[in-house]
Amino acid sequence: MNDIVTPKRDAHFFWTLFKSTFLISAFTVGGGFVIIPLLKGKYVDEYHWISDKDTLDMVAIAQSMPGVIAVNSAVILGYRMAGVLGTLVALVATVLPCLITLSIISYCYDFFIQNLYIKMILRGMQCGATALIVNVGIDLLIKQGKKKLLLPLAIIVATFIANLCFDVNIMALIVIDGIIGFAFMRDKKYD
Amino acid sequence: MIYLLLFWEFCKVGAFCVGGGYASMPLIQASVVDTFHWLSMSEFVDIFTISQMTPGPIGINAATFVGTKIAGLGGAVAATLGFVTPSFFLGILLARVFLKYGDIGPIRGILNGLRPAVVALICVASLSFILLALWNTETWPDDWSAFSLGGLVILFLAIAATRRKIGVIKVLIGSGVLGLLLGIAGLI
Repeated sequence: MNDIVTPKRDAHFFWTLFKSTFLISAFTVGGGFVIIPLLKGKYVDEYHWISDKDTLDMVAIAQSMPGVIAVNSAVILGYRMAGVLGTLVALVATVLPCLITLSIISYCYDFFIQNLYIKMILRGMQCGATALIVNVGIDLLIKQGKKKLLLPLAIIVATFIANLCFDVNIMALIVIDGIIGFAFMRDKKYD
Repeated sequence: MIYLLLFWEFCKVGAFCVGGGYASMPLIQASVVDTFHWLSMSEFVDIFTISQMTPGPIGINAATFVGTKIAGLGGAVAATLGFVTPSFFLGILLARVFLKYGDIGPIRGILNGLRPAVVALICVASLSFILLALWNTETWPDDWSAFSLGGLVILFLAIAATRRKIGVIKVLIGSGVLGLLLGIAGLI
């Protein structure tokens, strides 16, 4: 486990939070889940502001509320790390790159959509993003496997199959797994 | 007042799109194309494509782009602000509740049940990302042997780099550069 350094909420911290969140948002190619490895890489592995477990909890909440996952995650993680001010900083930092890039792109739309080199770069970044998310998936699976608890593993397998093979809605799965947890997983060993 | 209207319309989209960025598309379409006729359907499809291609969360990209098309920079700001307003308040509320009561049995139970669920969903997402990176499709490929060699190379190198604790942004920039080089070489 990493040691968590509770960040001092000074100007330097908020600047770092803004800078890293801005970069993460600017580099989220493909949307949604890509933000998770990126946020984890910065907040957990690089700055040690929050733990792995915190991130998963917060992402679970972000998933189960309406809105875009990236924004929800930023809002909730920002709050977790530094209260309402943290939320505001993270939120602005998530939205600002989109405003800037899209404003520029909408003025040179035709060039952007047809340019071959831009396509190649985006394609490369897509593969990079794949590596990041696969990596996080492997890490989390190993971590869960090490605990050797039957119920969480069963939830992983069942949720995976239900979503992939039977196309069960993510919201429904989250609600069901939340209920299972509510009923059977209150023990500390599941933490 | 177009800005207020945009703000309000996207506020509704933000409040009712459950299931992430993609889920916002039909809602945006219903409002922007069907109800207000601000954009034609083909313009909307273009916006969807661009939002997917551009870095940044898809939903926010779409809001920004639609706003720009309808009312310039002010429109972009209004639409985006509207979109994130519900997330802002709801997020703070939920984070508060879970932080305060996260140690109590029932809430801890819920979180303990949700954590493996998120792991599973990340694995599903990983799989569809792999399909996209190697076979350029989001469903099962028709021809498994026709994978992109360049995609495989980048994927492999990027995983190796991440395992060696190289920062995520560096990995993405490196992948972009590799994509360009391999693309010029005709391998991707």
